[in-house]
Amino acid sequence: MSEAILEPTAAEPAPVFHTPAQEASARLKELFPDVVSDETREGYEGLAVYADSLPEIAKALRDELGFNYLSSVTGVDNIEEGKLEAVYHLYSIARGGGPVVLHVQVDRNEPVIPTLVPVFRGAEFQEREAFDMFGIHFQGHPDLRRILTWDGFNGYPLRKDWHEPFFEEQHKPFGSRWPEGEVFRAEEKTPYGKNVQYPAGWLPTGDEYDVETDVYLGLSYSRDATPGLRTDKVTVNLGPQHPSTHGVFRMVVTLDGETIIDLKPVMGYLHRNHEKIGERNTFIMNMPFTDRLDYLSGVSNNFGYALTVEKLFGLSVPERAEWLRILTAELIRIGNHLWALGFLLNDLGALQTPMLYFYIERELIVDFFEALTGSRMMHNYMRFGGVAYDLPDEVRGVPTMKYLEEMVFNRLPRVLEQGDELMTGNEIVRARSIGVGYLSPADAINMSAAGPLLRASGVPYDLRRAEPYSFYDRLDFDIAVRYNGDIYDRYLVRMDEMRQSLRIIEQVLPHLRRTEGAPIIGDKPQYALRAPRGGESYGRVENPKGELGFYVTAKRRDGNPSRYHVRAPSFINLTTLGPMSRGYKVADVVAILGSIDIVLGEVDR
Amino acid sequence: MAVANTGAVNGDVVVPDELANNVFIGTIAKVLDPIYNWSRRNSIWPVTFGLACCAIEMICTASSRYDLARFGMEVFRATPRQSDLMIISGTVTKKMVPTIVRLYNQMPEPRYVLSMGACASGGGPFKEGYNVVDGIDKFLPVDVYVPGCPPTPQALINGLIALQEKIDQQSIATAPWYNKKDPTAGIYPVPVLGPDLVDLRQLDLIRREAAKHPAEDPARATEAEPQTAGPQ
Repeated sequence: MSEAILEPTAAEPAPVFHTPAQEASARLKELFPDVVSDETREGYEGLAVYADSLPEIAKALRDELGFNYLSSVTGVDNIEEGKLEAVYHLYSIARGGGPVVLHVQVDRNEPVIPTLVPVFRGAEFQEREAFDMFGIHFQGHPDLRRILTWDGFNGYPLRKDWHEPFFEEQHKPFGSRWPEGEVFRAEEKTPYGKNVQYPAGWLPTGDEYDVETDVYLGLSYSRDATPGLRTDKVTVNLGPQHPSTHGVFRMVVTLDGETIIDLKPVMGYLHRNHEKIGERNTFIMNMPFTDRLDYLSGVSNNFGYALTVEKLFGLSVPERAEWLRILTAELIRIGNHLWALGFLLNDLGALQTPMLYFYIERELIVDFFEALTGSRMMHNYMRFGGVAYDLPDEVRGVPTMKYLEEMVFNRLPRVLEQGDELMTGNEIVRARSIGVGYLSPADAINMSAAGPLLRASGVPYDLRRAEPYSFYDRLDFDIAVRYNGDIYDRYLVRMDEMRQSLRIIEQVLPHLRRTEGAPIIGDKPQYALRAPRGGESYGRVENPKGELGFYVTAKRRDGNPSRYHVRAPSFINLTTLGPMSRGYKVADVVAILGSIDIVLGEVDR
Repeated sequence: MAVANTGAVNGDVVVPDELANNVFIGTIAKVLDPIYNWSRRNSIWPVTFGLACCAIEMICTASSRYDLARFGMEVFRATPRQSDLMIISGTVTKKMVPTIVRLYNQMPEPRYVLSMGACASGGGPFKEGYNVVDGIDKFLPVDVYVPGCPPTPQALINGLIALQEKIDQQSIATAPWYNKKDPTAGIYPVPVLGPDLVDLRQLDLIRREAAKHPAEDPARATEAEPQTAGPQ
């Protein structure tokens, strides 16, 4: 026996890989033995990688190992170790399953990491965000500027030693509020009476007020001269106040006549510091904040966050709660798509009418949520290990199950039919949208596009199937996919998805009847939850807009996340906007943007 | 013999009862004010300007179910030049506030501001954030505050009715937009973005504070900004 331990036998069985990610990780370690090692910190998964060799590793993952989808890039400030860290989550589109996670740690005083933009263009905005928030310099990035704050902003706000003007304490609950409680206005504590602070000794000079130049510097003006006619290129701003930018979004475009030569999105006009606030909050305090990310699908955001934290805490969810989660998530998907299509058609020039037809039916869903959660939009419905409320007795004076059945079997299918009748075959809609805003499948994957945008380009990647969560693996539904990658197909994919959602809900309703009265949440109070182990957790759900991911790290026995990051689908989908718009007319840009379906609360967070 | 003591009395003139509905004696403002206010209160055109979550409820208010058209307000204008009302529907961020103040300055008078929701009124749940303005009233005069996160369409309509009541109280004689001694009155300075948001009305205060807390490293005071990497 002892010999066997000392000498491993020659006939050692080949390692068994349970997931594609494990296989790829093992292969990576063989390919790059010196620079790749297993992540050893407690509770962390994936690989630790040296910064210098990151692009080669990413290339190998993409080309040789099939991990061709860079989902999330984020920074982490490990202030105790004096390190800044970048975390990459890569997925395999073809094989599905979990991620290969790469951790790159660099010195806090000299944070330089080579960029991944040449390998994955989807990294562009995310690296800019990490630069903006943490000051990590991504060497070789084509356009490394601040993205959510403005050029000239003082400091890197997500670093742990950076404090906002109304800073009280590192973590909530603040001592001033609890247990004794003391009421004061935060404005009284700053000399300016406002939420502002300036570096010590800073004097306004007037020079620093130019925050716009760099925006225009990044634009390309060159183009082959039009034969015969010499034309000037014009730079036009659409937004931040513009009726068709879906909020406070801004596009800077260079035009030759009406043709788009270059387009740069400018964002951050709704940057509400979700992540900084989230790192002060306790875990449960973040739940209502997630509603305000993609405010059209609040409950779906709750879902993603709840899954992530449950993964970290190792909580399980009662059966009825899972059905309720799926019911609400699918209903909100329909509500979101009704909204998105109303606006898309509005942008295409069908001013108001289809929108009004869709919104009056969306009110059915909104009413249901108001009866269920108490709020029309900000549901705050999920809890860790369950949901907050069971179904109400009645909605609009009708028993709830009857209301749901009426909605799912009658009203909503009818509005889809009506939409089909009015719009799908409509000559103008087809003329404006077919062949416009083309995105190839390869580009869609490379730019980390997600959701309907990805699936309209012919990539059947849906998290409910690729990495099933909750009870989606027990349900029968198809992934909506279309193959032309234009605006029209994105419209059709959303229509199809609504039908599939109805199909899912039809299957969920009997389960809800069957489990009536069953528990919907575990019995541990939510406010007392502390991380049972240190470590990280990345959870993702198929939101109506695309893949919504939450990256949460915590220290052992801590009640607050030490890092809280949101992988926002709208934000990353915008990477495709520039490449998709080039060569089309300026009027098409509005429709192309409408077909991506962004929500600014999520873009800027 | 004294006239029967009913009837409207206006100064020295006593109007008999039977003529009370036909004769009106008074100042011109009393005649014009109701007409002036009636026409304005029923045709308030808001600027198409959605900031955040509240904008969704604003759109719901304008669409079929709640039908803002009942109040003469359905005409959302995409340009501030044609608008009477700015509904601040959502979180005001530091990056956005210069644009908002500029838009406000571009609106013709009389103009009104309705602060919709917790964020616009005081920062709301995001107040502690570093990029959030703790209430648009730090920069613009607000006429009506509507609480809620987000306010329901009913709440918004209630706020708009409150605005109509406010308009009813106004008089053409005392309206500030006709009585300007100072032509710059009512123009609000557009804040600028430095290392943080700079309210130009506070420049003196900022200088005083800077003198109180000098920079530890004098080189930093002139530089004031961290190094940002340009395109490489």
